Amino acid sequence: MAKVEMTVNGKSVSGEVEGRTLLVEFIRGKLELTGTHVGCDTSQCGACLVHVNGQAVKSCTMFAAEAEGAEVTTIEGITGKDGSLTAVQQAFQDYHGLQCGFCTPGMVMSATALLKDNPKPSEAEIREYLKGNICRCTGYHNIVKAIMAASGQDVGAIAAE
Amino acid sequence: MPKDHGIGASSKRREDVRFLTGTGNYTDDINARGQAYVHFLRSDVAHGRITNIDTTAASEMPGVVRIFTGADFEGIGSIPCGWQVTDRFGEVMHEPPHPVLAQGKVRHVGDPIAAIVADTLAEARDAAEAIELDIEELPAVVNMKDALKDDAPKVHDDLPGNLCYDWGFVEENREAVDKAIKEAAHVTTLELVNNRLIANPMEPRVALGEYNRANDESTLYTTSQNPHVIRLLMGAFVLGIPEHKLRVVAPDVGGGFGTKIFHYAEEAFCTFAARQLARPVKWTSTRSEAFMSDAHGRDHVTKIELALDKDNNFVALRTDTLANMGAYLSTFAPSVPTWLHGTLMAGNYKTPLIYVNVKAVFTNTVPVDAYRGAGRPEATYQLERVVDKAARELGVDPIALRRQNFITEFPYQTPVAVEYDTGDYPATMDKLEEIADIAGFAARRKESEAKGRLRGLGVNCYIEACGIAPSNLVGQLGARAGLYESATVRVNATGSISVMTGSHSHGQGHETAFPQVVAEMLGIPEDQIDIVHGDTARVPMGMGTYGSRSLAVGGSAMVRATEKIINKAKKIASHLMEASEADIELKDGQFTVAGTDKSVAWGDVTLAAYVPHNYPLEDIEPGLEETAFYDPSNFTYPSGAYACEVELDPETGRVTIERFSAADDFGNIINPMIVSGQVHGGIAQGVGQALMEGCVYDENGQLLSASYMDYAMPRADDVPFYSVDHSCVTPCTHNPLGVKGCGEAGAIGSPPAVINAVVDAMQSGGHDVTHIDMPASPSRVWAAMNG
Ligand code: FES
Ligand code: FES
Repeated sequence: MAKVEMTVNGKSVSGEVEGRTLLVEFIRGKLELTGTHVGCDTSQCGACLVHVNGQAVKSCTMFAAEAEGAEVTTIEGITGKDGSLTAVQQAFQDYHGLQCGFCTPGMVMSATALLKDNPKPSEAEIREYLKGNICRCTGYHNIVKAIMAASGQDVGAIAAE
Repeated sequence: MPKDHGIGASSKRREDVRFLTGTGNYTDDINARGQAYVHFLRSDVAHGRITNIDTTAASEMPGVVRIFTGADFEGIGSIPCGWQVTDRFGEVMHEPPHPVLAQGKVRHVGDPIAAIVADTLAEARDAAEAIELDIEELPAVVNMKDALKDDAPKVHDDLPGNLCYDWGFVEENREAVDKAIKEAAHVTTLELVNNRLIANPMEPRVALGEYNRANDESTLYTTSQNPHVIRLLMGAFVLGIPEHKLRVVAPDVGGGFGTKIFHYAEEAFCTFAARQLARPVKWTSTRSEAFMSDAHGRDHVTKIELALDKDNNFVALRTDTLANMGAYLSTFAPSVPTWLHGTLMAGNYKTPLIYVNVKAVFTNTVPVDAYRGAGRPEATYQLERVVDKAARELGVDPIALRRQNFITEFPYQTPVAVEYDTGDYPATMDKLEEIADIAGFAARRKESEAKGRLRGLGVNCYIEACGIAPSNLVGQLGARAGLYESATVRVNATGSISVMTGSHSHGQGHETAFPQVVAEMLGIPEDQIDIVHGDTARVPMGMGTYGSRSLAVGGSAMVRATEKIINKAKKIASHLMEASEADIELKDGQFTVAGTDKSVAWGDVTLAAYVPHNYPLEDIEPGLEETAFYDPSNFTYPSGAYACEVELDPETGRVTIERFSAADDFGNIINPMIVSGQVHGGIAQGVGQALMEGCVYDENGQLLSASYMDYAMPRADDVPFYSVDHSCVTPCTHNPLGVKGCGEAGAIGSPPAVINAVVDAMQSGGHDVTHIDMPASPSRVWAAMNG
């Protein structure tokens, strides 16, 4: 067991972790931030995606100890203090970009990171970027549409609903 | 103008806010004070005899609470099967026991052998390594044809030949069908595989058992589509806990697609162990475990023959299917290749004679059960593939051949037992031709060819049967459950409403769509109505969500309960306004006396019900809460027509989906946005089945596709935007909403469209290929074209 300290969603936190404790386990278990999900054990699904020092990171691919001193943002951290939604979150609701909601925190964190680097991505760029996030419910149609809308693009021409 | 509330409005989903902000409450997010963790030691061989299991050293490991093995479950019930099929000779199917933990033998990779309960998950896993286990490996049987041989290894020692049942449907038609096929002008024959799939909801399964010694109550939190069904199966058949001492909660559930219908050993284990240890016990599946413990789907091998007369009318259809059951019978497994498959073989066509034979086979693989569509995709795929092949053999347009044979008069009694109430197949085909721009295909093909690509168009129809019912009929067919649904509408004193429904939402948006219906009926805002679901302590009874039944069955129960509310509320209103009950009208949340300006508001009536000072106490009871059980008189029959356009790179065999269009008739629609989303998701799963997904075992029964590295899930760049339309509406005639169900259509209608398109592309390149099995991966396509 070793002590690890980091800033999560603007708050400094610390805890005792084993060397093998994953960052996602620390976030869900120790910090009880259960919005970050675990959908696989091979770093393929993206349900666990968070931002570490501003970069999109799958929190199942990183040990908690490696996040020592880092700035971590989870889905809980991007939501306004008053519960208000970001443009990406709002677009997911407006365009029905989620069904069961399990992939959603990872999708939203991924999309948020994409739009920071590329404020007006094309459909193809969005699809390429989202390759690391699996959604089994939506068939991706409304996720891609929501991200285009969140970046201010006109999605009226894309097939209904 | 589209509506902005009530039935027909695309109301935004209220449940989204919690999912988007990370405040959903999935089972793994729930932790009980003092909980222990269980890790299952699972078989790494497909078939073997346990000759020694010694847990002494492992039990001494740090943090270990207790290690359970099969011996601890002697005298405990077997995991039950919920459907008993009777074979063509009148014999009931073979139903071998399915122990919670292996008893003496392991029968598939992943079969649980021991359960290690420890203070932490890491300690449980560490201790598993210290269990001494000897397994004498036995020859495994994986391939169904091999399994049926007399000298094949026996999955269950008392069942030579591994045959679960040999089912014929309709048995009386057998000879007539054989004769018609023999005498037909043309017979098209096709042998195909409906590939084995793994459902893969993104949330892996979780179970958390709790026990309260003070009142002898057990609680199970579980990732289920139907908590009441789990309460019944586990309580009554496995653990012997009566319903009033057992609560089952399925909170937010991260997708199901069928695989979370079934009662699993891990649920029974956690409930049992929590009682034994008087301590909460939690299990969270890893994805790797999910691949070898969640029930798989499909896995049929079929030969289908379609006979046509000289004018290209379908005259007879015969199919022979081997259906893989895996090593044990999962909850509804026997019903999938039989009643959910054979009854759909007429499809959209007036084929007068049909015979379906299905042999269900045990193998040393994970149990196979319902996966999105369950039997109906298997029926649709073979039928729509053989029709396409027939059109190509006869040199006629595949759309024209379909149109020529469409059922056009309703109600229509099929030769496979079911009666379609409504439909308009030419209309959905017209709509498809429009949205898919079939007329423009030739030009698009030229463009593709100019780039060195082949382009194919695949079209097909489908019919589905949703909301399987009525209970007395399905009972005769072998169901060991009723297939009604219940709803309780509780109106509070201030007029707000809780609807307790037995349907369960795991992505379908019931929390939004169900209130739209009640709001429409009462004329009050949707936000005054909340849906309660997924908890046996809060919802009196329920059969759950599967088979696209929630709105057609659960919604109908809710409508019936709301009608009772309206009747009683009108009585109260008539008293308040001193008018005759027959003159009371309810509109926009106001009760009025017809032909007068007298009115009372919804809230006045609900308040009077709970503060009955001025109230007809001699006629009716105070309070405003009603329950209804709804048992449908028939299935519902959604239908549609789908088109897929693919591009094929002849250099690599890689197929890409360029356009995908779906024209569906779901009857009346409550929330078009949600309905489209359901179709999108279904299409992606169907495209996944057709091009990418496949569960693969080697000949020793090792699961090769056991992670997302090896099992290809469709990703965002594997699919295009889809064009979906559900403006063709023939309302269901026998439920109060006129709705049909939309959850599975996309997964049913899309695989044949994709494969028809791939075959079309290959033939357009001059390749004499008449069929390719799913998944049509680049290597398979390339091999098919390059012989
Ligand atoms: S849980 Fe991290 S990628 Fe799947
Ligand atoms: S919304 Fe269910 S997995 Fe994406």
